[in-house]
Amino acid sequence: MKKVEAIIRATKFEEVKLALEKAGIESMTVIEVKGRGKQKGITQQWRGAEYVVDLLPKTKIEMVVDDARVETVVDTICSVAATGKIGDGKIFISTIDDVIRVRTRERGTTAL
Amino acid sequence: MVSGKRTIQLFLGLMLLGLIVYPCSSADPTGAATLEEKPDAPVNFSWTLMCGFLVMFMQAGFALVETGLTRAKNAATIVMKNLMDFCMGALSYWAVGFAFMFGTATGISGLIIGYDKFFLMGEAYDVSTMELWFFQLVFCATAATIVSGAVAERIKFSAYIIYSVVISAIIYPIYGHWVWGGGWLASSEFMTTLGGGYGALDFAGSGVVHAVGGFMALAGAYLLGSRIGKYKKDGTPVAIPGHSITLAMLGVFILWFGWFGFNAGSTLAATELHISIIAVNTALAGAAGAMVTMFLTWWRFGKPDVSMAGNGVLAGLVAVTAPCAWINPVAAVFIGVIAGVIVYMGVWFLDHRLHIDDPVGAVSVHGFNGIWGLLALGLFADGTYGVYTTQGPMVTGLLYGNAGFFLCQVINSVVVFAWAFGLGLILFWVLKHTIGIRVSREEELQGLDIGEHGTSAYPNFVTTEPAVDGDIA
Repeated sequence: MKKVEAIIRATKFEEVKLALEKAGIESMTVIEVKGRGKQKGITQQWRGAEYVVDLLPKTKIEMVVDDARVETVVDTICSVAATGKIGDGKIFISTIDDVIRVRTRERGTTAL
Repeated sequence: MVSGKRTIQLFLGLMLLGLIVYPCSSADPTGAATLEEKPDAPVNFSWTLMCGFLVMFMQAGFALVETGLTRAKNAATIVMKNLMDFCMGALSYWAVGFAFMFGTATGISGLIIGYDKFFLMGEAYDVSTMELWFFQLVFCATAATIVSGAVAERIKFSAYIIYSVVISAIIYPIYGHWVWGGGWLASSEFMTTLGGGYGALDFAGSGVVHAVGGFMALAGAYLLGSRIGKYKKDGTPVAIPGHSITLAMLGVFILWFGWFGFNAGSTLAATELHISIIAVNTALAGAAGAMVTMFLTWWRFGKPDVSMAGNGVLAGLVAVTAPCAWINPVAAVFIGVIAGVIVYMGVWFLDHRLHIDDPVGAVSVHGFNGIWGLLALGLFADGTYGVYTTQGPMVTGLLYGNAGFFLCQVINSVVVFAWAFGLGLILFWVLKHTIGIRVSREEELQGLDIGEHGTSAYPNFVTTEPAVDGDIA
């Protein structure tokens, strides 16, 4: 089992959610986050002077999926969330030791 | 000691009672005699009072512009300042301000200051005087509230209250007397000879209201110093974005709406059908000011700046306020265009050159364009309107051959700058070295809402500061 953490543009979230649903990925945890990349945010203008917004609002989607479906998830997110411009986000993948469904105490992939 | 205090209290109590039962003589508190004497009084009273109510609503416009263009952590103190400068101003103007401005004045001293109608007593207990008082009160309050924006986000509330009383009781009324109350700028022999039958003029107050407020604002902002984080060590200004463009622009609309009362109402009579021309000129100058500021910011910054365009509307309105009754629509558009350039240059000059921190652009909008309004009147008056009346002598400016009147307006401009900026410096300097004018560094960082009023305008909001690239001075 793998955990996929995708940080994407907040404006792209609805599209990504629908695409994942179509690919058969329904379960997810979504968090509103702030962050920045190497560019340290963006500059905006106010009455002719510039100011820096260095932490930008983003949406983070967390999903735990079967190893076999990881590439589907990554493909779906990359194809829908990408605009080609800086700030499209990142995806992190890590291994999950175990999963427990609280209601039934089922374990492993059956609990997903 | 105790008995001495008692005696004073008793004395003051009797004085107050004496004020209330003070006898009145030829005044007309019922209104019956006035109605009989002037059959057109109802329409003129209605017009003037309704326009006065519109001008009063401009207080809401100022409150919205000023809070919108500043940070959420200071919103409560700004609306509180706007509320209380009207209240303190109304009481000060009732007590002494109106008497200094419009009190009966004769001889040499009358050219400087008026000195009756204190507390609206005696002869002033009269329907016509009350009508004038109300309309003039809302103008006085407009001048007072202009300063609030320029000193926002760092001035101590207590200092601001004292400032409100002083401007409404003394600084505004005395200069106002010189222009509108029979004082020397309008009525001295020297000025009327120079102007060709009339001295300095100001229809609705580019000078009396806006330049006075604008240059007091300059003095206040200068002596306060800039907000923490406003300038980098090398002097580059840092943008401190306001918390609601929506509120600010709603305020601009409300001010513009109120301005029709401000300018057209200043005929004090609906029987002066010139009011339609005044309304047209007011609309056009505001529109032209905004258009120019929009294109200037578009050209210079790559995008049309929203709050600067709002300032552009106000700049055009301020500039057309003095000349609005004496000019044609072509002149109104030209005046608005120049006003748009002035406000753009003014904001840039204060921010990038003088490093005087004026969060809302009040000095450029009201001060610089107040002067431009006075000069524009001296240039463009086209001889279609008399001295605040349809009767002659008709007022003409430099472009219509009356250079003397333009000189009157130049003198007026110099005087209003020296008076408002000079007394502003003195007032804020004295306050600075007595009770202090600026809140502590800790309070400023936390927000004045908590420090000054123990509250938050938006308790459920997390407020954040813009990030800064580089060292802050």
